[in-house]
Amino acid sequence: MPAETDPLIEAAPARHASTLELQFHRFRKNRLAMLSVWILALIVVACFLGPFLFPFTGQDADFDNIAAPVDLFSAHPFGTDDFGRDLLVRVLEGGRVSLTIGFLGAVVAGVIGVFYGAVSGFVGGRVDGLMMRLVEILFGFPYVILVILLSLLFGGGNVALFAAIVFTLWLTPAVVVRAQAQGLARKEFVEAARAGGMTGRHIVLEHIVPNSLSVVIVYGSLLVPEVILSESFLSFLGIGIKEPQASWGNLIQTGTTAMATDLRLLLLPGTLLAVVLFCLNFIADGLAEAFDPNDR
Amino acid sequence: MLRFVGKRLWNGSLTLFALVTLTFFVMRLAPGGPFSRNRKISPEVQANIEAAFHLDEPIWQQFGRFVWGLLHLDLGPSTRFRDYSVGDIIASGLPYSLTIGAWAVLVATLVGIALGIAGAMRRNGFTDYAAGTVGVIGIAIPIFVIGPVLQVVFAVQLHWLPVGGWNDGWRSLVLPVVVLALPNIAYISRLTRASMIETMRENYVRTAVAKGIGPTRTLIGHTLEGALIPVIAYLGPATAAIITGSILIETVFALPGIGRHFVDAALNRDYPLVMGITLLYGALLILFNIVTDLLRAWIDPRLRHAR
Repeated sequence: MPAETDPLIEAAPARHASTLELQFHRFRKNRLAMLSVWILALIVVACFLGPFLFPFTGQDADFDNIAAPVDLFSAHPFGTDDFGRDLLVRVLEGGRVSLTIGFLGAVVAGVIGVFYGAVSGFVGGRVDGLMMRLVEILFGFPYVILVILLSLLFGGGNVALFAAIVFTLWLTPAVVVRAQAQGLARKEFVEAARAGGMTGRHIVLEHIVPNSLSVVIVYGSLLVPEVILSESFLSFLGIGIKEPQASWGNLIQTGTTAMATDLRLLLLPGTLLAVVLFCLNFIADGLAEAFDPNDR
Repeated sequence: MLRFVGKRLWNGSLTLFALVTLTFFVMRLAPGGPFSRNRKISPEVQANIEAAFHLDEPIWQQFGRFVWGLLHLDLGPSTRFRDYSVGDIIASGLPYSLTIGAWAVLVATLVGIALGIAGAMRRNGFTDYAAGTVGVIGIAIPIFVIGPVLQVVFAVQLHWLPVGGWNDGWRSLVLPVVVLALPNIAYISRLTRASMIETMRENYVRTAVAKGIGPTRTLIGHTLEGALIPVIAYLGPATAAIITGSILIETVFALPGIGRHFVDAALNRDYPLVMGITLLYGALLILFNIVTDLLRAWIDPRLRHAR
């Protein structure tokens, strides 16, 4: 690598960081979004650390307290299910699964989409045409069907579900980043980088990807609720995460079968899922507003 | 125009073929088969059953058989429901799914556009906030949470409407349609509001106001016509959302539509039924995407000349 390109590489991230700082400053002033961040953080901490506060796990049955009602001062604050398993612990453990799949899935789908889109948009020409043709075909597929089939193919369970969801959700970020990359590829600084002897791979990594970051953050934040929704949707239908392992989807499913007599089995996981989705949507809205103030 | 439709139909059939091929091989590769159950049957019987459904043939031959059947509009027999062909099952389930889907689209479009206009006309007023709240609820709370909650309130507690099933005429339609429409109401009202606000700033709307033709005529003849273009573009994705939603709705409300059939077929490895419903969903989606593009070109002359 020639020495002249070094200042170029260093100059770009420095300027970018200040824009990012400005955008996050704008985000922090959005009260609803910040409140959502705190509530979400609280739920995440509760799901990951909460179960350790109890002497039993969500799969341990307490045969003395089967279908116990809500009693905040007993050993089971929100009661137990038909098998004597503690409802609160099960919901928290389910949240751990849902949140992990949600965030990891969004990150992985986002990363795949970003690189696919960046390469497609930057290279252009026939490669771009071919790559986008594939995306177009996959977009034409009914998304649910693909997810259901893929999770069957991988034999069910966490990893299968994760793979199926990621496989179907990387398309939108790919298209968005491609549009961004197409615009960037014509910019002077990219031309300068090319004239300076940077290889295509380097330009994609050093210029195209970092400069598409703000778009990616906005769309990526919308991916998280989508992944969580897909996970619980599949588990609700009995295709995703299966008993005895808990997830919000299958807990809600169990809740609906008992809802005529006992509402808490439905309401506790349902409320928590709804609150998380509310928070994630408000955060995504806040990010979109902070990154593109002209939008509104 | 005709060339455009032809090209889209050709592309659509390619997509459909890719979808069908992928589904076929994914189904065969997935562990388990239609006749691997817990109940023990003798190997001879098993072999006989599999031979009757041509499952003993090499996979390529099976695929060829399927494509050949498809060209004759024959989707084959269901491996799960004895004596029923896939065509029969789809024909029996489709009316339920279509009725609910069509009503949901109608309700979502009318209510969504009305809420969007109300929000845009009185920005930050009470209606705007109310519509915004409905929007956030529709987007954030999943169908399979709202559905059961409404069942508890309106069926179990108040006894106004049936919990599920299809035996109470229009009353059994109300809850499924409302729940299915809700997320789409949310998207459509947000879209309408945003594009109304944008269109109200356009020069031609200002001209209309300056000419003094009155607020109602400006709204209907000028603002709305321009503002509805993005809303029409949502028709394609809405179809996909309705398909996804109907699978859940039919599970929650115990309706005998094709969405529930699809999930059961996938779980039971009923290969022909899965293929049939996948084909139907794919074709519906592609068809509505083409209709959406045509409608957009019809309303927005700029798109016609761009092609």
